Amino acid sequence: MLDLFRKLFGDKSASSKEVAKERLRLVLVHDRVNVTPEHMEALRNDLIRVISSYLEINEEEMEISLEKNDSSVALVANIPVNKVKRGEPQARVRC
Amino acid sequence: MGEVIVITSGKGGVGKTTTTANIGTGLALLGKNVAIVDADIGLRNLDVVMGLENRIVYDLVDVAEGNCRLKQALIRDKRYPTLHLLPAAQTRDKNAVSPEQMKVLCEELKQEFDFVLIDCPAGIEQGFKNAVAGADRAIVVTTPEVSAVRDADRIIGLLYAEGLTAPKLIVNRIRQHMVKKGDMMNIDDIVDILAIDLIGIVPDDEYIVVSTNRGEPAVASADSQAGKAYQNIVQRLMGAEVPFLNLDEPQNFWGRMKKIFAR
Repeated sequence: MLDLFRKLFGDKSASSKEVAKERLRLVLVHDRVNVTPEHMEALRNDLIRVISSYLEINEEEMEISLEKNDSSVALVANIPVNKVKRGEPQARVRC
Repeated sequence: MGEVIVITSGKGGVGKTTTTANIGTGLALLGKNVAIVDADIGLRNLDVVMGLENRIVYDLVDVAEGNCRLKQALIRDKRYPTLHLLPAAQTRDKNAVSPEQMKVLCEELKQEFDFVLIDCPAGIEQGFKNAVAGADRAIVVTTPEVSAVRDADRIIGLLYAEGLTAPKLIVNRIRQHMVKKGDMMNIDDIVDILAIDLIGIVPDDEYIVVSTNRGEPAVASADSQAGKAYQNIVQRLMGAEVPFLNLDEPQNFWGRMKKIFAR
C-alpha cells in the first residue's frame, strides 16, 4: 500500500537504496581518509610544485592535513607565502 | 604453470565459500585441473559445501608442517575427476600457518594445477594475510548491503597494499524485485562505489541452499539461475566475453506466462 502511494506521488526520496548509497559514500570517504604517509607526502610535493609557479612559499612551515567531521572530509592546507610572484605584497593563504 | 586466485570479501557470510566451490567445480567441468584450498583454519567449511567432508585425512596445516606430502592431503572429487580439495585444519588456529608457508604451498600447487582457488577467511588479520600471500589474482565477493560493500572497500585497499591491484568483483545475492522497487542497490551503484571491474552478478537463489544441503555445487545444475551465473563467471575467468545475465527475464513458468500476456 505504501508502495502504491509512493508511486502515485512519485516520491523518490523514500527509496532506501538512495539512503544506503549516501550513507556508504560518507562512510567510505571517512574510511579512505586513512591514507598512508607516502600518499600524503606525494600530495604535498605535488601541491608545492603547482603553487610554486604562482607564489614563493615556505615549504618548511607548510602544513597539510585531512580533517574529518560528521558529514564531510576537508583537505586543510596552511601554506605560508613568502612572496607573490610579480612583486605582490606578502600574504598568508589559508585554503 | 597455473595461477592462484584468492576469493575474499572482508565480511563473513557473503558467499565466499559457495563462490569458491562453484567456480572450482565450474572450471573442473570444463576439464581444467583445479585445486581449491580452504584457508579458513579453525572454521573448516569448504569440505561440507563440496560434500567431501567424509574423505579428509590430512589438511593444510599437516602439509605446511611437513606431516604429510601435498598429494596425500589433496582429496580428489570423484564426480569431477580434475577437481581437488585441500581442506583446512579444524582444531588449529590461524597462526598455525605463516604467509611464507602459504607462498611455498601455492608455488607447489601451481606446478600441478591450472587453477588454484583459495577460500579466504573473513576478517583482515592473519587468516587474510595467509590467504593472499601466494595469490596472483583476487576476486572480491560482496552483497548489495552497506556493511558488505564497506568491508569490500577496505579489503580492496588491503589487496592493493599486497600488490593485488586488479581485483575483480562478484556481486552476490541480488534480488531483482527489490532493485526494481529502489530498495536494493543495483550493480551500477556498487561498481560505482568500489571502482573495480565486475566479473559476475549472482542472483539470490534458493537453489543455493538446496545444493549446499546436498553438497553438490549449483554450477553443475542446468536450471539454477545462480548456477548459470557461476558458469558465466568461469567463462570470464578464462578470458571469454560473456554478457551478464538479464535478471529481469522472468524465469519460472508463471513468470513467462505473465510476460506473454502482458504484451
